[in-house]
Amino acid sequence: MSATEPDRGADSWELRLYVAGETPRSVAALANLRQICEDHLAGKYTIEVIDLLERPQLARGEQIVAIPTLERRLPEPVRKIIGDLSNTERVLIGLDLRPER
Amino acid sequence: MAPPHPPPTPLEHCPTGISGLDEITSGGLPRGRTTLVAGGPGCGKTVLATEFLVRGIQLGEPGVFMAFEETAEELTTNVASLGWDLAGLAADGKLVIDHVKVERERIDQTGDYDLEALFIRIGLAIDEVGAHRVVLDTLEVLFSALDDTARLRAELRRLFAWLKARGVTAIVTAERGEGALTRHGLEEYVADCVISLDHRVAEQLAVRRIQVVKLRGSAHGTNEYPFVIDGSGLSVIPVTSFDLDHAASTEVVSTGVPDLDAMLGGGGWYKGSTTMVSGESGTGKTTFAAAFAEAACRRGERALYLAFEESASQLVRNMASVGLHLDRGVDEGLLRIHASRPTQLGLERHLTTIYQEVEAHHPDVVVVDPITDFTAIGTVVDVKALLMRIVDYLKNRQITTVFTSLLTDRSGEDPSISSLIDNWLQLRNLETHAKRDRGLFIQKARGMSHSNQIREFVLCEDGIRLLDVVPGAAPAAATMQG
Repeated sequence: MSATEPDRGADSWELRLYVAGETPRSVAALANLRQICEDHLAGKYTIEVIDLLERPQLARGEQIVAIPTLERRLPEPVRKIIGDLSNTERVLIGLDLRPER
Repeated sequence: MAPPHPPPTPLEHCPTGISGLDEITSGGLPRGRTTLVAGGPGCGKTVLATEFLVRGIQLGEPGVFMAFEETAEELTTNVASLGWDLAGLAADGKLVIDHVKVERERIDQTGDYDLEALFIRIGLAIDEVGAHRVVLDTLEVLFSALDDTARLRAELRRLFAWLKARGVTAIVTAERGEGALTRHGLEEYVADCVISLDHRVAEQLAVRRIQVVKLRGSAHGTNEYPFVIDGSGLSVIPVTSFDLDHAASTEVVSTGVPDLDAMLGGGGWYKGSTTMVSGESGTGKTTFAAAFAEAACRRGERALYLAFEESASQLVRNMASVGLHLDRGVDEGLLRIHASRPTQLGLERHLTTIYQEVEAHHPDVVVVDPITDFTAIGTVVDVKALLMRIVDYLKNRQITTVFTSLLTDRSGEDPSISSLIDNWLQLRNLETHAKRDRGLFIQKARGMSHSNQIREFVLCEDGIRLLDVVPGAAPAAATMQG
């Protein structure tokens, strides 16, 4: 279990999606992410899409290995979720929007 | 200067620069391909991989180290004792160390993924320094961090293909598995070269071993070779000629004792031969060995004297008293005296020392004084095999070698050693008429019609002098010298 307190009530959610070019998987991941945010975080989220082909230094700086990687930058602590975000339940758990069962 | 990525040809080898490794891989790792280095914890995988990069940089080939287990700082600190300044190499733009941190508890998987970001990172690092060499240490960390093993395997397969397409010569390390070469079967992805490292303890001797399990397109030795990690990195002691294919020279070189040369038929013993000078303590073994080295220097040849019982200065002083001026050779840079005291457990290391000194000094003749009485170490078959390797190694280089050996038992003849030795000079204390004299005879001299006499000899101010034949009767009127 995470030692940190889930902060589902945070007002500002800063999310980053790391992709490498416009692949079907990254397009799907962004669509999935938008849907989840609208459903659960409407009005209090920002999504920044980073294309690592254009900014490869960020892959090193932010310790990105897999694509797509979703990074929850705020609220802290920073969390990383990899995959195309098609498994909504796991995304919600990963973002601490739903307690782990 | 070579272009950053020369088009690889299938059989081209990339010299690692690691002492001995290139010999057992027929010239190095397959260039432009990936080599898998597998082994248990602490067996030297990271050292080998790091040295591959450091030596590559010395050869003008920049490198990339993708560190999955250690931070750049940890890696830098860990290898500093081997004399490698990774931070300096990085600052000079010759090396990139990228610590790939993958922590399972912080990565949730929510669907399909690929490792494109890792590829991008490696590609970035390669481009930053124009790298020819890449190390991934240890990829298997990904298995514990990422779910969906099937996906991960597919991605690793793609990674190996990608590395090949980039034209870099890569080393991928992997943990040994239970009953398998690697825990996650990475060997099935690496078709070109697989190296296995091992570190085991046998009879209180810690022995590191390296084996080239697979090397496409090359006749490589399948033996396990011992190696050591010491102050200058990794050294493999290769068997260069287990098949005894070294060229036999017909050239003879002086023993340094004219009278002994005469006993051997005129000129001395064969160039590239191995001679054992054995005898009890105080019979003059070191003097014969020193005379041989000194004569080589007088001929303008290079000599390496490995002194395992005396310091260099003590040796020089003592030999000067019998007219052997080793200091001249030292001053001219022809003679190198390496003095160290081997401990019983350090036999393997001191044999490795021979190898390293030879590589550094390129001698024509080598003296090992004495070769430790390794039978005293017990029934360590490994150690004998090691000695055999050293003998073969020196022979293969056409280096004429003299070992001295303290034989405690007069009849003590170890057949396994004897078979390695071409010439065997035995020194004896002769006790005649309440007086101890020194005598010698040639036990054997391969391919030479040598004298079978027992000759008395003296150590005098101008070296070793043999006296007339003693049938055991009248003692020669000799001026004995201490």
